[in-house]
Amino acid sequence: MNEPKAKITARDVQVFYGENHAIKDVNVDIQHKTVTAFIGPSGCGKSTFLRCLNRMNDTIDICRITGQIMIDGEDIYDKRVDPVQLRAKVGMVFQKPNPFPKSIYDNIAYGPRIHGLAKTKADLDEIVETALKRAALWEEVKDRLNAPGTGLSGGQQQRLCIARAIATAPEILLMDEPCSALDPIATAQVEELISELRANFSVVIVTHSMQQAARVSQKTAFFHLGNLVEFGETGQIFTNPVDPRTESYITGRIG
Amino acid sequence: MSKTYDHHGSLLKTDNKRLRARRFAEYRLRFYGLAAISLAGLALFSLLFSVINQARGAVTESYLTLPVMLSQAELDPDGTGDTKTLLRADFAGLTKDTLKARFPAIKGRSEKRALYDLVSAGAPFELAEWVAGDPSFLGQTVPFRFLASDVTDLYLKGSFGNLVPSTANGRLQIEPDGKTVRLRSTEDDFTTALLGVKRALLSEAAKLRRQAARQNNGVQVFQARADAAIDEQPRDKALAEVVKRTAARDALLTQAEQLEDRSKGTTGTEELSDDNLSMLINVAGGWIKLEELDAAQAKGRVLIPLNSAETSFDTWSFFITEQPESARKISDTQIVAIEELRAAGAVDQVFNWRFFTSGDSREPELAGIWGATVGSLLTMLVTFALAFPIGVMAAIYLEEFAPKNRITDFIEVNINNLAAVPSIVFGLLGLSVFLGVFGVPRSAPLAGGIVLALMTLPTIIIAARAAIRAVPPSIRDAALGVGASRLQTTFHHVLPLAMPGILTGTIIGMAQALGETAPLIMIGMVAFIVDIPGSITDSASVLPVQVFRWSDFPERAFEAKTGAAICVLLVFLVVMNLIAILLRRRFERRW
Repeated sequence: MNEPKAKITARDVQVFYGENHAIKDVNVDIQHKTVTAFIGPSGCGKSTFLRCLNRMNDTIDICRITGQIMIDGEDIYDKRVDPVQLRAKVGMVFQKPNPFPKSIYDNIAYGPRIHGLAKTKADLDEIVETALKRAALWEEVKDRLNAPGTGLSGGQQQRLCIARAIATAPEILLMDEPCSALDPIATAQVEELISELRANFSVVIVTHSMQQAARVSQKTAFFHLGNLVEFGETGQIFTNPVDPRTESYITGRIG
Repeated sequence: MSKTYDHHGSLLKTDNKRLRARRFAEYRLRFYGLAAISLAGLALFSLLFSVINQARGAVTESYLTLPVMLSQAELDPDGTGDTKTLLRADFAGLTKDTLKARFPAIKGRSEKRALYDLVSAGAPFELAEWVAGDPSFLGQTVPFRFLASDVTDLYLKGSFGNLVPSTANGRLQIEPDGKTVRLRSTEDDFTTALLGVKRALLSEAAKLRRQAARQNNGVQVFQARADAAIDEQPRDKALAEVVKRTAARDALLTQAEQLEDRSKGTTGTEELSDDNLSMLINVAGGWIKLEELDAAQAKGRVLIPLNSAETSFDTWSFFITEQPESARKISDTQIVAIEELRAAGAVDQVFNWRFFTSGDSREPELAGIWGATVGSLLTMLVTFALAFPIGVMAAIYLEEFAPKNRITDFIEVNINNLAAVPSIVFGLLGLSVFLGVFGVPRSAPLAGGIVLALMTLPTIIIAARAAIRAVPPSIRDAALGVGASRLQTTFHHVLPLAMPGILTGTIIGMAQALGETAPLIMIGMVAFIVDIPGSITDSASVLPVQVFRWSDFPERAFEAKTGAAICVLLVFLVVMNLIAILLRRRFERRW
């Protein structure tokens, strides 16, 4: 098998919110160390599908999922899988920056602490520093690690959340519209960060901005009304879409 | 020039009707708000004022210093100096002897009993302890500060009115006349007093006239009945009533007229009874109480003999009490004795530490709040230790873990209903279940705490659920997103954020429990308990029950104690709220 093995494989995934059929028959292969963008109009199910990848939907009582999602060839909905372990492996960054109301240091150290990643205080300090450096936040906050994380600016808060997500050393990073609450400058910083993160992680990003998808991703998936309409190389999707719906969306006629 | 505005008209034109109506409505609303706040403030202020005013009497306690003859032969005949022997000696008798020795002139059973009532029933015990603590005083005569009784204390604080000085300008001449003395003044000093007595006659006459008017109503009613009667028998009965009531009316009117006649001018002799204001003359170290009075002279009884054999005095004082003897609990003899001691500098009032350090007592001057305070403290500890963890855990389970279905809905409805159950029902439950089935000791803070915890639980659960629900879901997402389990998410993030709200609810519930009386009465915490409770299984009382009990006691001095106990309860409440605020601050400042 020369073809690179897919990191995430989804087969016939259906998601129901009570009576509402939110995701229909999604099949997708997400490669390792690539950035995959999910685009589509509001309410098309891209965020829902993203949350299926680390079982965040488990917290919603009425949500029901069928089909199969494999990560590294293991079914993550297998009864033996502990969602907590899964979420340590698949990190997540949310739409709205949501730092814990604690110090910057504690925000990042929380994950490593509960997973027992650091044996000593020095180890923990190093993890925090590395995470902040990789999230391009270290220079701005290194002198005030004990200041509250909620006191940072919006862009800084989102980078703090990214640092927090990568501090637990995940293999996959899910990002749910990470730049929707940020100004263009902060957005550029986060996008640059995503490009750098690709060297170590598989990144899946949900975005409303097609320019952003074009800038940061290698693969793009277009969702429409719960269906995965088209999935392919980003360049191909934006320049030469196969499906007329994709074309309509990209050219701004629907959505 | 063209108009620059259209259908809205000019913005500078403000005299239109709708605008005025709207502004008036706004002013009116603001006025209502201000009025409501002022009314609430006034109510609070008057409440505090009346309570504190009532409590003022409990701030100090009085002592009477008297020389005590500590006879070795009486108290410790064997000369052992042993503490137990001394404590068993007859100090009550010694206290009586001391008082008798100080006022040898006071004779007669009831007079003597009145004298003994000047000091507290607890004073002999204090004397015993003092002597037992230092037997070296035996065989000497030493001054000892006897705790004053409630009646003495109330008199000293002016609760029975003061002695009002009357004119004493003339020269007082005294001549003995059998058991009494005849008094004469060179000036018209007795005329003023006589006028006062005659004024009292007028109000007495007015009272009689009111009674006569009531009898007259009766006469008219029965006359009308007699006129309307058809049969012989009822008519005779009514006529008989008419005759009877007419006689009664006329008798009353005659009496009233006589009184009014007596009240005119300054002639005639008036006898003074218990219902008249007492008139006391203090001359040459002695006290004379007037029994008969006319414009020029008076007849009096010597309460405390004069230390001079002369019959004529330039300096003397004439006092009139503010209340007649029949209307107060303190007799003239007692007043005179107290005034005598006061003049000798043997009366002092000090801050009432005893009130804050001793337990309950039947004697108001010995009663303290400390027993009830400790009881309340222990009860609150039990309540908190039970209600807080159980309430918070229940709230966490219901909010974070329980599935949303019919059963949890049912539980929620019932918790809300439980909050509205009358507290006495919880008392009944405590009585039958905890005391009856589990054998929790009666009257103990443990039992009270359990019952109050049950009562507080719904309040805490409801407040805690609201506080937990108010934590933004994004915090839960964030924690779950970095791989925290639901338990970790709840205890590391949700609970600390909800804690200020939970604490507020807990304090509200605890404050409610602190002031609760009814359920505690059911489980026997209303008993008379003198000892300070040492543990949660000892018998105890609590502050509100203490207030309730004292307010029910007949002794007037308990009025002040009740007020003071309410103040302590309020202070307790304020302290609890302060703790809550401090805890809130601590939790909020952590980030």
